[in-house]
Amino acid sequence: MEPETQRPEPAGSDDVHPAWSPLSIHDMTVAYHRQPVLWDIDYDASPGKLIAIVGPNGAGKSTLIKAALNLVPTISGSVAVFGDSYRKQRGRVGYVPQRSSVDWDFPVNALEAVTMGLYRKIGWFRPVRKQHRQLAMKALVRVGMQDYAMRQISQLSGGQQQRVFLARALAQDSDLYLMDEPFAGVDAATERAIVDVLRGLQQDGKTALVVHHDLQTVAEYFDEVILLNLRLIASGPVKEVFTTENLRATYGGKLALLDEVSHRMTMRGES
Amino acid sequence: MVIVFVFFLFVFPTTTFASDSNAILRVLTLQDYNTRVVLLGTMLLGVTSGIVGTFMLLRRQALIGDVVSHAALPGVAIAFLIGEAFSPGSGRSLHWLLVGAASTGLLAVVCVGIIRRFSVVKPDAALATVLGVFFGFGAVLFKTVQELPSGNQAGLQQFILGSASTMIAADVVMIAKAAAVVLVLSLLLLKELSILSFDEDFAAVQGWPVGLLDLGLTGLVVGITVIGLESVGILMVALLITPPTAARFWTDNFAKMTLVAALIGGASATTGSLLSAMVPKLAGGPTIVLAGTAFFILSMLFGTRRGIVHRWLQQIRNRRRIGRDDLVRAMYEIIEARLSPASDSSTGDSLPDCEIARDDIDPFSRQAVELAELFRHRSWPLRRVKQTVAVAEREGIIRMDSETGWRLTKAGATAARRAVRNHRLWEMYLISQAEIAPSHVDRDADNIEHILGPEIVEQLESLVASRVPRTSVPPSPHPV
Repeated sequence: MEPETQRPEPAGSDDVHPAWSPLSIHDMTVAYHRQPVLWDIDYDASPGKLIAIVGPNGAGKSTLIKAALNLVPTISGSVAVFGDSYRKQRGRVGYVPQRSSVDWDFPVNALEAVTMGLYRKIGWFRPVRKQHRQLAMKALVRVGMQDYAMRQISQLSGGQQQRVFLARALAQDSDLYLMDEPFAGVDAATERAIVDVLRGLQQDGKTALVVHHDLQTVAEYFDEVILLNLRLIASGPVKEVFTTENLRATYGGKLALLDEVSHRMTMRGES
Repeated sequence: MVIVFVFFLFVFPTTTFASDSNAILRVLTLQDYNTRVVLLGTMLLGVTSGIVGTFMLLRRQALIGDVVSHAALPGVAIAFLIGEAFSPGSGRSLHWLLVGAASTGLLAVVCVGIIRRFSVVKPDAALATVLGVFFGFGAVLFKTVQELPSGNQAGLQQFILGSASTMIAADVVMIAKAAAVVLVLSLLLLKELSILSFDEDFAAVQGWPVGLLDLGLTGLVVGITVIGLESVGILMVALLITPPTAARFWTDNFAKMTLVAALIGGASATTGSLLSAMVPKLAGGPTIVLAGTAFFILSMLFGTRRGIVHRWLQQIRNRRRIGRDDLVRAMYEIIEARLSPASDSSTGDSLPDCEIARDDIDPFSRQAVELAELFRHRSWPLRRVKQTVAVAEREGIIRMDSETGWRLTKAGATAARRAVRNHRLWEMYLISQAEIAPSHVDRDADNIEHILGPEIVEQLESLVASRVPRTSVPPSPHPV
């Protein structure tokens, strides 16, 4: 039971958050529990792009997504979704958490797990109906998992579980997708399925920010890239930003002092 | 928990029904008004805690119930002492005592939350610490109460072991009200509580008030524990946890699991109270818990999803299938070598119409294989060969040709082709994709071919065997 923490209210539609940007982060600093620290993130996502978030382990890639989604509190700064507060635009945001973040022994099958993506639309107290299950089934088809709809989720392979997570977010039919390491440890079939889904999303004019660890495929899969290592090193179109120089800055060891101070910040009140 | 239970078994000998020869019959036929009241009350309690327990267990909060039930004790004692201090005699009011129990129970949950939030103490240590402190405090206070002149008859010890037999109609009404609230809430919130339990972050991103839902769930746990405290005692936690744990052996569905847990909870409570009403000196609470444990053991053994017997039968069936596949594959390989003796069986079997071919036209059904050949081919123990052969004959896969010779039936030839095909597809995959030496792949494929489902075979086909027609068996990639 994680107690509620005070979260700063995201700013409304003022000048720092352009309305055209699906996700606009202004001057955000995060230091929370044992999560990696993020310093002064300033970023406006371009609409309709597939964007990779790249950086070494512990660079704060997941933290960036979680902070944008209000799952971890920020120390300063603000986040806006489509130029508005996240609270108001929640319905337009889809989230694909890390596969390891849940207990897959939970008693549901793949279809029921995907239906959870529709729960908010169904609303308080109302039961799941046939049309919802049909929508969920369509999402399963999109990730090529229709044959596994009735299978208990613990009996799916890692890649299949990942596709269930993706289908659950697709069922929400959002405009902005935030995905945390969807390609981590998946089989070739799943990787292809995810890439196909991403392309489909892009064709529908949607935006996706994807935490990605495989530098080889960044240029092939994505339009833009965010290079992250505790701070934002560079962001923009892959061709311009994904350079040897920037990569060296991202992966070439942490800034010793920044790392030390970050460590102290997360340890505050815990010693 | 068990130690505490045994300890109190000695400290507070329980009062039980006097029994004569008629008593058991009277109990079983529900002739006593009292028995009916107790049964109805405990049954409702069992059903309700089964439901709440399911949510609690899936939310991975199982131990919160333990903390609440132990932490309720000091509350009972404090409420009694305060009541007695203001107006002697009023301390025994059940409602007042339950208010005390609920207060310290909730306080303990809050303490756990605070420790988790603001310190580096691990969650399990936080639970254990809070439980220990509150229960220790409760034990000290109970001793104090016992030494008071009014304390002896206060009957507070029933909050430890529970005494269902003293339940009165008013208690049942209270339990029924609580049960109604829990039933309505859990039906309404089935969807909300399932998403909260499965993926809290995802629920929060969707906009569900995760903290509020959690609070509500904790509230239900505290409520049901406190209400059950009088009749079941601090072992209430077992009534919360055991039914859903047992239910998990029967189903893979959230709603069904809740239902089965409710049934098991109700059945445990009913069985326990009946037993304790029939047998003198059997305390109500512990008997209910033991009945629940019996249901748990039964579920663990015979549950249709994950029960031990179920798994065991599945293993036997699997082993039999593997034996059969191995047998027909061996026969196939022997016949294959006979049909093309010169080559190293590299021609392959291309009989795409074998499915419709008549029994005696298929060369693989016309050839007889001697037991001795099988024995040589696979170097299996003779006993195993004979056993497998017997099973395969019963299943109509092979038939006897002579005293020691056997033939594949049409079904057998089909099964053999499928087994050999899967085996060779996997070998080809290992050689071409995983770059394993051809001389090594046979043993590896031996274990794998049996678990290849249709979807994996399909993938194998697209990966390695695009040139192999769907119905034919490719040649072996290595000398058989």
